[in-house]
Amino acid sequence: MAKKGAQRRLSPSGEPVLRVLRLFGLGALAIASLAIAAEPQRPQPLRGGSEFQSRDVQALERDDFANPASLWLARGEALWNEARGSAAKSCAACHGDAATSMRGVASRYPKHDAALGRVVNLEERINACAADHQGAPRFAWESPELLSLTAFVARQSRGVPIQVSIDGPAHATWDAGRRTYFTRIGQLNLACTHCHDASWGKTLLAESVSQGHPNGWPAYRLEWQSLGSLERRLRACFFGVRAEMPAYGDRDMIALELYLAWRAQGLASTVPGVRR
Amino acid sequence: MLLGRVQVPRSVRKGEIVEVRVLVQHPMETGFRRDMNGQAIPLNILDKVTARYGGREVFSAELGSGMSANPYIAFYVRAEASGDIEVEWSDDHGEKGRATATLSVG
Repeated sequence: MAKKGAQRRLSPSGEPVLRVLRLFGLGALAIASLAIAAEPQRPQPLRGGSEFQSRDVQALERDDFANPASLWLARGEALWNEARGSAAKSCAACHGDAATSMRGVASRYPKHDAALGRVVNLEERINACAADHQGAPRFAWESPELLSLTAFVARQSRGVPIQVSIDGPAHATWDAGRRTYFTRIGQLNLACTHCHDASWGKTLLAESVSQGHPNGWPAYRLEWQSLGSLERRLRACFFGVRAEMPAYGDRDMIALELYLAWRAQGLASTVPGVRR
Repeated sequence: MLLGRVQVPRSVRKGEIVEVRVLVQHPMETGFRRDMNGQAIPLNILDKVTARYGGREVFSAELGSGMSANPYIAFYVRAEASGDIEVEWSDDHGEKGRATATLSVG
């Protein structure tokens, strides 16, 4: 198949050019196949996002009071205990004390949901619960309520290593996420791998390029002056390489989230993070 | 109601200098920003923070548009007797909030 492709490109050309083109074409094919064969390994050792932040930002993240995300956590805790919707039920009515029932849960997301028949992230799972069990309207993407509740649930898994399942029904989604991760996008024509596998630890303008692990999200980003979801952060990367930004909840984004979580497997959660 | 938190050390000795930490959730809009449609976002600043210890005012601050969103403020008081430290804040729209922390002097 490779030879056929090269010949088609060459057929209208003259003899000397043809030879050069053939060499070039075969060379390019060889490089392309090499790139597929040598898919980069996960960065070693795994280093979470906060390790690429400056010391003052790390100190802010560690300080449970001064970490601005603590305001969202307080709101999330209130929402957890608030009776909502037509069922007038709170999250706590079914799940009880979040400190025990939600321990380690966020580290297993994104996860395939049998009822919904697809892979969902934590935000979607919370919204599904709100709609199905509370009879309440879904929270909008990036709304303060959804962020607060997600951060509160994710906070219960702090210190628990990320451990997502990519077997069975989740495998196709993981594979789609992997493809997105290695596909060049945007006017800058970069894939995730070019920064986060090949260039982590290097400096990009005033930033340190991280390994791209999602273990600190949702995080308070100083640039946003607000808590934000992993999806919002991913969209910032799409913006950075001047690519079209997918909508919130886009299947490709969920797939990419699953791939990133798999890639960060074993890294302990540090939610809520603080990022520059 | 503007959400916020106050923190003091768990237990202190009489005469000790203690740090009181305050964190308030507020956008601190400068009035200079524009939204996605080009419309000016109106000024909205948390401009007054006061603290009372045992009923007596021990700290007050007037904030301006140079402060970041979700301002964090820390100040020091001398622990004299067990009592509440009540912190109140308000913004230029008249929105208010308050939080209390109890200082137990042992």
